Amino acid sequence: MPEAPYMDRALTPRRAGWRRRQMSLAPWLFLAPGVLFFALYVILPIFQSFNISLYDWDGLGEARFVGAANYAELWDDDAFYVSLRNNIIWLVLYLLAIPAGLFIALFLNQTVTGIRIYKSLFFFPFVISQVVVGLVFTWFYDPSFGLLNRIVEFLGGNPVNVLGDERYVTYGIIAAGLWPQTAYCMILYLTGLNAVSPDQIEAGRLDGAKGWRMLWHVILPQLRPATFIAFVVTIIGALRSFDLISIMTNGGPFGESRVLSFYMFEVALSEYGFRMGYGAAIAVVLFFIMLIFIAVFLWKMYRDERGY
Amino acid sequence: MFPTPVERQSRAWRLGYQALLPLALIAWLLPLIAVAIFSIRPAGDFAAGNYWGWPSSFDFITNYGLVFTGSDMPKYLLNSVLITVPTVLGAIALSSMTGFALGVYRFRGNLWIFFMFVAGNFVPFQILMVPVRELTLGLGLYDTKLGLVLFHIAFQTGFCTLFMRNFIRALPYELIEAARVEGISELRIFWYVVLPLMKPALAALAVLIFTFIWNDYFWAIVLTQGPDSQPVTAGITSFNAQYRAAYNLMSAGSIVAALPPVAMFFLMQKHFIAGLTLGAVK
Repeated sequence: MPEAPYMDRALTPRRAGWRRRQMSLAPWLFLAPGVLFFALYVILPIFQSFNISLYDWDGLGEARFVGAANYAELWDDDAFYVSLRNNIIWLVLYLLAIPAGLFIALFLNQTVTGIRIYKSLFFFPFVISQVVVGLVFTWFYDPSFGLLNRIVEFLGGNPVNVLGDERYVTYGIIAAGLWPQTAYCMILYLTGLNAVSPDQIEAGRLDGAKGWRMLWHVILPQLRPATFIAFVVTIIGALRSFDLISIMTNGGPFGESRVLSFYMFEVALSEYGFRMGYGAAIAVVLFFIMLIFIAVFLWKMYRDERGY
Repeated sequence: MFPTPVERQSRAWRLGYQALLPLALIAWLLPLIAVAIFSIRPAGDFAAGNYWGWPSSFDFITNYGLVFTGSDMPKYLLNSVLITVPTVLGAIALSSMTGFALGVYRFRGNLWIFFMFVAGNFVPFQILMVPVRELTLGLGLYDTKLGLVLFHIAFQTGFCTLFMRNFIRALPYELIEAARVEGISELRIFWYVVLPLMKPALAALAVLIFTFIWNDYFWAIVLTQGPDSQPVTAGITSFNAQYRAAYNLMSAGSIVAALPPVAMFFLMQKHFIAGLTLGAVK
């Protein structure tokens, strides 16, 4: 046994004691800076927000305890319901990024010359900041010179003011958001498709599976890890939508494009006033919506960890 | 491979595919191409209503020159660098340690601490906004780059820990065992055994965090104001206010603001994609 001499050395009582102490202490020392930082800036503020939501506070003067009054006010606040409705529209429509991303990935999963450049360029929109995506689409939609209306007119339609019309505004912003998000899902699926086992595809072909049937029964099951991550990042992205709304419409027209994250910011930190308590109450609602999804993700991760 | 490679299809199919590729790409990037064309037009074109015709001249140098000389844009860009780079370094330093601790040691609460990082990483920003702003004000760091950096480091540590820990879990554990048998201290194992093996993860996270932070807008407007500390994502709105209706300059400004992460992506593509898939899709 080649290990024997080392074992001897490791087992002298003093060294063994030090070893054990080191082993039980080391993880905590390594964790300490990260955990403290994270607790201070992320975990603790969640609870502070719960607390602030029970106060009437302008951020400067004395905070006044009002109990559940902020939540009672939310209950009768039309703007809150508009935001909540838009959040649901965002959540549902944003998921279109997943099939769209899969579609583009299937389209690009070839080996012709130059395909790598095509893949990178298709991914491009995701790397650009949402602020710039917002500006690009604002101009794209512009009723007087935007490219969209040029195309609509060319096809014989009437010009539409997408961002100025309360019927279309949310959909217009979501379309802008889908652009980078589809690119993200595409890259997830392209990476996933790379790892699909060629044997199983051949086996499927021998069994006469083609096209849709092949995709559904052979390919998609193997893409499950990619699909899971696509769901996680798309749902989080939908509920985090803020930048695009702030840049493209600032919540308008008539607050019709607000979502909870934007409405919260508007209430707490913009010219409409500094109502920290009311803002915190909106954030708490948003947090609980997100918590449903976080719980599902964690549950799945927990099962994977335990190896079920 | 799925779908069937075009090489194995008929000639017509193959040619059709190769003709379709560039068309699909142009359609996909159309809004961006429009902005790129705007950015090299002279101002006169917009006054004359020539939005989509052939540009009357190509003013690439004039327009982009003005972005750098006629506004606070260079300041904003510098701020972005000074916010992004320290955040990347800080988040990676902290999370390589937390990832090591959670990936290598078995102890009570390991999984719970890990889940705390993961869950915290997913919370909406708004639930943190008021307290973090208060904390930053209290530390005297409101409207400073440092205030923004500290928050970003803390928040990104959640995501990075998720990534690092999973990466370390996939390393051969025998290496660490062997080092322990040799009597090497835990700190040295971290530094000399594990860290060198984590280079791909470090690279992936570095490019990814760079992009996230460079593109951040929400925290920039919550924690900073004005050209002394705001990054370019927030600065672009003041830039646009300054050049209202000068679409050529606004377009050029947007492209300048968007460029650094784009360059990063094209230079470090492999690492970038490894990071985006959270290491779960190989």
